[in-house]
Amino acid sequence: MAFNLHKEKYRSKVSEVVLGATKEEGGTRSHTLTVGGESTLPFLQFEGDIPNRPIAALEIWDVAPEDWNPCFDPYYKDVYDNTGAWARKCVDEFGADLVLLRLKGADPDGKDRSPEECANTVKEVLEAVSVPLIVIGCGKGEKDNQVMPLVAEVASGEKLLMGVAEQENYKSITAACMVHKHNLIAQSPIDINICKQLNILINEMNLDLNKIVIDPTIAALGYGLEYGYSIMERARLGALGGDRMLAMPMIGNVGYEVWRVKEANASEEEFPGWGQQEERAILWETTTAVALLQAGMDILVLRHPKALEVVKKNIDELMESNKYE
Amino acid sequence: MIIIGERINGMFTDIGNAIKDRNPAAVQEWAKKQEVAGARYLDINTGPASKNQAEDMKWLVEVAQEASDLPLALDSTNYDAIEAGLALCKRPAMINSVPAEMPKMERVFEMAAKYNAAVIGLAMNEQGIPKDAESRVALAMELVAMADAYGLHMEDLYIDPLVLPCNVGQDHGPEVFETLRQIKLLADPAPRTVVGLSNISQGTKNRELINRVFAVMAMACGLDAAIADACDDELVEAVATARIVLNMDIYCDSYVDVFRKQG
Repeated sequence: MAFNLHKEKYRSKVSEVVLGATKEEGGTRSHTLTVGGESTLPFLQFEGDIPNRPIAALEIWDVAPEDWNPCFDPYYKDVYDNTGAWARKCVDEFGADLVLLRLKGADPDGKDRSPEECANTVKEVLEAVSVPLIVIGCGKGEKDNQVMPLVAEVASGEKLLMGVAEQENYKSITAACMVHKHNLIAQSPIDINICKQLNILINEMNLDLNKIVIDPTIAALGYGLEYGYSIMERARLGALGGDRMLAMPMIGNVGYEVWRVKEANASEEEFPGWGQQEERAILWETTTAVALLQAGMDILVLRHPKALEVVKKNIDELMESNKYE
Repeated sequence: MIIIGERINGMFTDIGNAIKDRNPAAVQEWAKKQEVAGARYLDINTGPASKNQAEDMKWLVEVAQEASDLPLALDSTNYDAIEAGLALCKRPAMINSVPAEMPKMERVFEMAAKYNAAVIGLAMNEQGIPKDAESRVALAMELVAMADAYGLHMEDLYIDPLVLPCNVGQDHGPEVFETLRQIKLLADPAPRTVVGLSNISQGTKNRELINRVFAVMAMACGLDAAIADACDDELVEAVATARIVLNMDIYCDSYVDVFRKQG
């Protein structure tokens, strides 16, 4: 007797967001990257379409990070002070699909770099690499509201993915994205209701829904990964069920979260039973990332080149069709 | 709950006059108004005064589609009129309605298959409206079997358990709720359910209150759609809220607006 595979039928699909713009499209990128478009749950190709593979970015800063673990030194130390070269290394040497530039230097409690300096760094990175670019602020709303509009302006037409918009602070960056045709990261604090509401608020300012990427806020393995995971699952099921206000691709700052937990940073001397620190940390970052892929993450932002390598291999495997004919 | 906007019906004076004078203004105004208010289908009914139902139906379908992209629910007991309208529908329509009677079911399900339309099947036959849930469900089963024979998807079969005014048929209320629950067990996937909402409040003094209380109670029993007044804001708000309470939509502060926009 023939085997009948049970297939779930969904009403709708995730929207597609295009990152970057080529010369013909008004930018300077060598190619664009499209994320989203899923019409089924992660990697169930037998049931629906996963038209675009998830992509992996490496995170770079506009200032040398003082608190990054020394195990990064062999990879990045020579380029910490040269953001353009750092970006190039991530793409050319380590194979990142794209880079995320965190304008950490703008932090008023740190280097307090001016909006103009930040904008120049963005230009420098755009010249250094030809892949699409993600740019996020320093995380201090007031300062980011000065920095991001200028970033949007100097990169006008490049279709950056810019962030972040939050429920309490979304207007200024949303307007900047609208005017200069960028995409926007809408960040909510592990809260599906705020996630949806924020998308509505942004959409009410007339930014198209296919210009929004959801950052549901995730945590590292062992630190509440499952909370972010379940929010992502719920959002994705909502999207497939026809909720347009949750039907956006999702981004997760995996590297940022993983590299602040003890398990990634503690030395072997401190915890002999935990094994070698760098290897352990790479595994921690990788495990967090691949778990999130299963919840529907479309853009993973990582830090360690070795984690990137393993995650990309996992994506290759997951993208092999499992269509049952 | 999908709201099938009831307002384009020749029984209303403005629509009746519009049909008579072939003046599309009132029809198109109500098409747009109902869409904005939260309707997901527009019911189209020529009304009892129509002398040439097929011609009037065709005209209504054409002018309604000029004003709104919503799919239409063609409402008539004259199947020639429905077929004339179906041939003009740009989006898969709904046939409103057919009782569990031969040969009416054959005619309607054949049309549904031909035009890729959904069907509202009434849980009644030549003997009228059943008194209890059991007899209603038996008729629903006949509709399910017939739909299946014609290859109609269960998602395209809307069974109406038939609602009577609560002031005259009070004992029917609980039977209708029980019927709604049991219809969901008839097939997998289950057929959908629909009611003519305003029937429940015919002849009463608190029509809108009764309509919306009935709507949310019926939703809790599995009601999927209702032919209703989409411009009754409090009804739409109650339905949107019931969807939240029943975990059918994900909550956000603007959930009522979202429901109006995307249903």
